[in-house]
Amino acid sequence: MEPVTASLEVSGLAFAYPDGHQALFGVDFSIARGERVALLGPNGAGKTTLVLHLNGILTGGTGTVTVAGLPVGKQHMAEIRRRVGIVFQDPDDQLFMPTVREDVAFGPAAAGLKGAELEERVDRALALVGMREFKDRPPHHLSFGQRRRVAVATVLAMEPEILVLDEPSSNLDPASRRELADILRSLDVTVLMVTHDLPYALELCPRSLVLSEGVIAADGRTADLLGDEELMRAHRLELPFGFDPRSVRMGA
Amino acid sequence: MGAGHAHRLYRHGHSPVHGLPPHTKIAATFAFVIVVVSTPREAMWAFGLYALLLAAVAYAARVPAGFLLKRLLIEVPFVAFAVLMPFVAEGERVEVLGMSLSVGGLWGAWNVLAKGTLGVAASVLLASTTELRELLLGLQRLRLPPLLVQIASFMIRYGDVITDEMRRMRIARESRGFEAKGIRHWGVLAKSAGALFIRSYERGERVHLAMVSRGYAGSMPVIDEVTASRAQWSYALALPAAALVVCLLGWSL
Repeated sequence: MEPVTASLEVSGLAFAYPDGHQALFGVDFSIARGERVALLGPNGAGKTTLVLHLNGILTGGTGTVTVAGLPVGKQHMAEIRRRVGIVFQDPDDQLFMPTVREDVAFGPAAAGLKGAELEERVDRALALVGMREFKDRPPHHLSFGQRRRVAVATVLAMEPEILVLDEPSSNLDPASRRELADILRSLDVTVLMVTHDLPYALELCPRSLVLSEGVIAADGRTADLLGDEELMRAHRLELPFGFDPRSVRMGA
Repeated sequence: MGAGHAHRLYRHGHSPVHGLPPHTKIAATFAFVIVVVSTPREAMWAFGLYALLLAAVAYAARVPAGFLLKRLLIEVPFVAFAVLMPFVAEGERVEVLGMSLSVGGLWGAWNVLAKGTLGVAASVLLASTTELRELLLGLQRLRLPPLLVQIASFMIRYGDVITDEMRRMRIARESRGFEAKGIRHWGVLAKSAGALFIRSYERGERVHLAMVSRGYAGSMPVIDEVTASRAQWSYALALPAAALVVCLLGWSL
């Protein structure tokens, strides 16, 4: 049975770009509070288009998106953007303020927080990603992995209902990748992770959705989906050489 | 305040001048320059006094004379223009070292030189005691149009990112055997510049998306409220106030 208010509920979502290119053809899924779900799909499957619908940047198609019971629409836009925290792929796009501290403060300050309360929110978010001592540094003096962690903090500072990560593992070296995984596991928040890094999805997300050609082609346990060779092949999802999902023993 | 982003113009320190709120310093510098510019050029002693005032500020800010003088070199192109004036200006002429110079031109040159130097010196002092980031906060506090402040702050944030992109494009060009040797290669450089522009433009769109996603609705939220006490204001305004006295004397004497 579904919980009464899912963190995220998408139903019948279809969307075509103004140039006529149809990206989504009726997407339905629901994510319960506290779940970590991976959204898998090859390039061009409509993943980014779907993500931009979750906080109402793209609208105008058919279907509905509901975040913790609140429909995404013009009237609650500010609240929706606070509830849905999107971490974009390139941290240089996400970190646009001159210092880490100001960047993390941007979202909460835009929501009207100020003074000691704002400062405390910034400290807490940075502590969650282990970047507290970099508070006064300019973002471009950080390593790529550190920038990605700060990008996660900028969103956590808004205390979102759901954290949406677009290709979180891209361009990370193995150590940064593991550090980010540890951080994501430690967070008490609903996560939707958009990726084609299949081992990372298996490591972090018990459940996966496969988005292919604008529809949800599969929805199930990540291990089962990755083990289904036919399904993987049909949707251009390839495991890295030598990686066998059945051989991976998940920790606690 | 941000400790990391030290600009070349900035000189780290903990002097009373460094500690003043940025908007008081900007206002004081601006007022000082206005006063200097409105002083009659014939009152030569007044400009000497202004220079002394600035020297006192530099001393209080612990900015060494050498540092200040080196930064003043930026003025050189204007000096060159001022030096030309006595030769080209019309009117009454005097003989100096066997050269015929225009009196009006000499006064004009002196005017540009003295006021320009004082203005640049005041700005250099401001820049060496105030961090870029603080300057922006100060301008924001002084109610400069927010759009201008935002443009300036994005320039600081993305300057390095874009320079880096430019460097990568250059390396990519050179790795394929291209070397800019002369006018025939300008076409390639122009195309690279165009590509860089489009990349930056697209980045701008992505940044905007990220901003909107975090609740941006047209104006930057105020994160650091800079405030100044009455004492800080009067401390900062001591410079233009003293200059004003000199200026008034210059007009009346």
